[in-house]
Amino acid sequence: MRALAEELWKDKPGLIGFVLIVTIVLAAILAPLIAPYDPATQAVVGRLKPPVWMAKGDWAHLLGTDQLGRDILSRLIYGARTSLIVGILVVALAGTFGGTIGLLAGFRGGRTDTILMRLVDIQVAFPGLLLILLIVAVIGPSMVTMIVVLALTNWMIYARVVRGIVLSVRQMPYVEAAEMIGCQQSRVIFRHILPNLTSPLLTLGILEFTNIVLAEAALSFLGLGVQPPATSWGLDVSTGKDYIFVAWWLVTFPGLCISVTVLSINLFANWLRVTTDPQEREKRFARARAATRRRQERRAGVGRETP
Amino acid sequence: MSPAADRPLLEIERLEVEFDTRRGVVRGLRGVDLSIGRGETLAIVGESGSGKSVTAQAVMGLIDVPGRIVGGDVRWKGHSLLSRSRARQARDIRGKEIALVFQDPMTSLNPLIRVGQQISEVLRRHLGMTRADADLRVLDLLEAVGIPAPPRRAKQYPHELSGGMRQRVMIAMAIACEPELLIADEPTTALDVTIQAQVLELIAGLQETLGLSVLLITHDLGVVAGLCDRVAVMYAGQIVETGSAEDVFERPAHPYTQGLIRSTPRLDDHMERLVSIDGAPPSLLAPPPGCAFYERCPIAEARCATLPPLIPIPNRTAGSVACWRATTNAWDSASVPPGELRAV
Amino acid sequence: MSAPMTLPPDETAAATGPILSVQNISVSYDGGRSGFWAHASPVKALDGISFDIFPGETLGLVGESGSGKSTTGRAILRRIGVTSGRILFKGRDITTVTGEELRQLRRHMQIVFQDPYASLNPRMSVLDTVAEPLIVHGLVASAEEAREEISELLRIVGLPRDAQDRFPHAFSGGQRQRIGIARALALKPDFIVADEPVSALDVSVRAQVVNLLQDLQRDLGLTLLFIAHDLSVVRHISHRVAILYSGRLVEIAEREALYDTPIHPYTEALLSAVPVPDPKIQKGRKRLVYRGEIVDAGHWPSGCHLHGRCPHATEKCSIEPPPLVEKRPGHWAACWHR
Repeated sequence: MRALAEELWKDKPGLIGFVLIVTIVLAAILAPLIAPYDPATQAVVGRLKPPVWMAKGDWAHLLGTDQLGRDILSRLIYGARTSLIVGILVVALAGTFGGTIGLLAGFRGGRTDTILMRLVDIQVAFPGLLLILLIVAVIGPSMVTMIVVLALTNWMIYARVVRGIVLSVRQMPYVEAAEMIGCQQSRVIFRHILPNLTSPLLTLGILEFTNIVLAEAALSFLGLGVQPPATSWGLDVSTGKDYIFVAWWLVTFPGLCISVTVLSINLFANWLRVTTDPQEREKRFARARAATRRRQERRAGVGRETP
Repeated sequence: MSPAADRPLLEIERLEVEFDTRRGVVRGLRGVDLSIGRGETLAIVGESGSGKSVTAQAVMGLIDVPGRIVGGDVRWKGHSLLSRSRARQARDIRGKEIALVFQDPMTSLNPLIRVGQQISEVLRRHLGMTRADADLRVLDLLEAVGIPAPPRRAKQYPHELSGGMRQRVMIAMAIACEPELLIADEPTTALDVTIQAQVLELIAGLQETLGLSVLLITHDLGVVAGLCDRVAVMYAGQIVETGSAEDVFERPAHPYTQGLIRSTPRLDDHMERLVSIDGAPPSLLAPPPGCAFYERCPIAEARCATLPPLIPIPNRTAGSVACWRATTNAWDSASVPPGELRAV
Repeated sequence: MSAPMTLPPDETAAATGPILSVQNISVSYDGGRSGFWAHASPVKALDGISFDIFPGETLGLVGESGSGKSTTGRAILRRIGVTSGRILFKGRDITTVTGEELRQLRRHMQIVFQDPYASLNPRMSVLDTVAEPLIVHGLVASAEEAREEISELLRIVGLPRDAQDRFPHAFSGGQRQRIGIARALALKPDFIVADEPVSALDVSVRAQVVNLLQDLQRDLGLTLLFIAHDLSVVRHISHRVAILYSGRLVEIAEREALYDTPIHPYTEALLSAVPVPDPKIQKGRKRLVYRGEIVDAGHWPSGCHLHGRCPHATEKCSIEPPPLVEKRPGHWAACWHR
């Protein structure tokens, strides 16, 4: 654990990503405690106040207020909740479903494999947005609808990845060994194949999470996702866009939140991917060590050899 | 006798290589001294992790992160290949005067380019030949390495060739620039035994006709016996014994060499039981300060805890050993007189 | 403990007959398709192999790559299905057993793998790995329960007592192979297929494992099928030796007979190609270097598979495959001209 922390400390982009993620997660969890206002409280008198550093800004509303006088900082903090909940639930749902399909296809092989993977192909070929529009149009927009719909359109990648891993792990002699000593299929799957899936699935899930955050924002922007009075970054960008020329901060801050979240997750996921791969991890270590050495040599060389 | 004439072609002096790993610094080579003369065939014998391949890589300038050369020198005809001021010359020498054949030809051939073209590229780059000249020379080279129907083979891609054929192509590429030294790193390990025999025969033939020096890196004592004049045995990043092939095989001085020879099953004897060296080589993360074979040696004693130097063996013309109790028959209890060879 | 599947108590067969009888088996793989719509055409990997193994003996099975030696081992262990022929184990036809019956059969036949690194699950401790066969056959309820038994097994294969709770990465190649052997021994099988168990090991460690297998065989009365490409190792460990070439058995004989007076031209070439670690002898040996290379499965020639490379080949060899016949007592070979 300590060594891991040290490794993260040495990888600055990964560290920055990690710190930002922790900040966002804490903000979402502790929203009621740290948000200065209720995100839905309107105050017509104090509408469209600029952030504190601008001429008419004041300390009461650090990032200003929106067209209905709601505190933007509070809305951002609560918006993080929406993004995280939607992201986590969709990844969990899609991952479980897609993973199971992939496991079945990879392990059973033959006809099961062909049928399941053709299903995946069909779903991939079908425009996801169209499906979402259709379903939302029929059922009506809501947070639950959005979660289900996003899970329904994002499970295929898990199926493909899991199937690929299962197929390659099945070739490993230790899996053959397990079968040869008489392990039942379920034991082979759970003891010998599944443990190989955790780290690639973790990395994939984290990267997919960013896609879902973006998709949630997009759907909410289009009015198909989170409905007022609930808050969401995407929703705020959408409502703020009408005021872009009079109050730029309405769209800018939620937009920034979305980008920063996605960026920091990507930075961290990249570190995680390398760390869970022993070979890559070793290479990263050696490169860092070589760079340090070169720096030291240059310093020593400059001190010694300058005529 | 001029000093240049008796100077060895390649000299390796107190070479040290380290590797950075997460668990610490692995000391891959711990002061290796070697030299190869003109037209000589030297084998470096060792197990995995002994440093035999690292030595070849250091000569070829292939040590890269995580590895680095931390001490010693490699000299080609008296000039260092490692000094930074001569980096360009060193690059020219490698590939042109020193050529390398790898264990696995599939990973060192470009799968997307026809084999003929790959050889001709070497000729054009290193020797500045025109395309037409190079293409003609390719056919000669393929013929020289015993590939049937060169014009047809030259137009094939690596995956269309068998393992043995690919290794022949690699050798053709290596001798394309008429090198003076051929380094062969486990050239037959990936091949079947009948194909291995063909490739060894080819290397021996080329050595004779082209007057090549050959540095053969292998773990297989049988391969050494048929091909090499001199042998250097490596263990845990150091050379423990050198000598003429006959001396090393018939009168091995180091207990490790003796054990290695005795534990190799032979086709020509009837030993019911092989001598086995217990244990495993030491970790090079923290190599023992004394003799690296101390833990596994049947005749180790107190003084073996200090490092024995590599010193000449008395009453041998060229041979040295790093052992305090050299020439003692270490594995005597398990010894069985070697059987006679039948004509096979 | 009584096995749910009882083998036929055929005392006479058990006493004198072979423990394993391979009768004319052939194996085909699905080959590559020739076109998008075309059906995959089967490619033959084994072509009518027959041999017996007797209780307590070691049969060395030697061949170069593509000869089908590993396929033979996998077919016997019912890992790969055969397209024709029969496999009898202790007099019982096991060619088509499936499901639970096949699972029970695993208690009697085991395998040691070639790659000591990939054949152990890196996430399982040595205890879990070696105890797994006992658990899946319901002989113990948990790995902890088997601790005593595993400790004894590890002692037999020469591993330290404290090995149980460590993970594979803490061991060297030779030690890992010992773990693999302990796993194969856990069920007390009568018959073990050792699929190139030492070819991935370093020279000095090879001898350790070869000696261990020899000891185990003698002490436990095991029957071994020792698959290898290395004739010198096989010589040390086998009682009888069988030579495969391109999916066919070309020669099978007692060890001394095969090494001293080989009959088949391929065996001769193979023997002469193995280098002897002695410069005086090796430099003086004449090698029979056969032209050409081994032909891949799917492209085998008609007649004798060797005829394109064999210096003794005549027209007959290219038309009709020679049968495996007893040329001398106990010494079988498949060649028209010897």
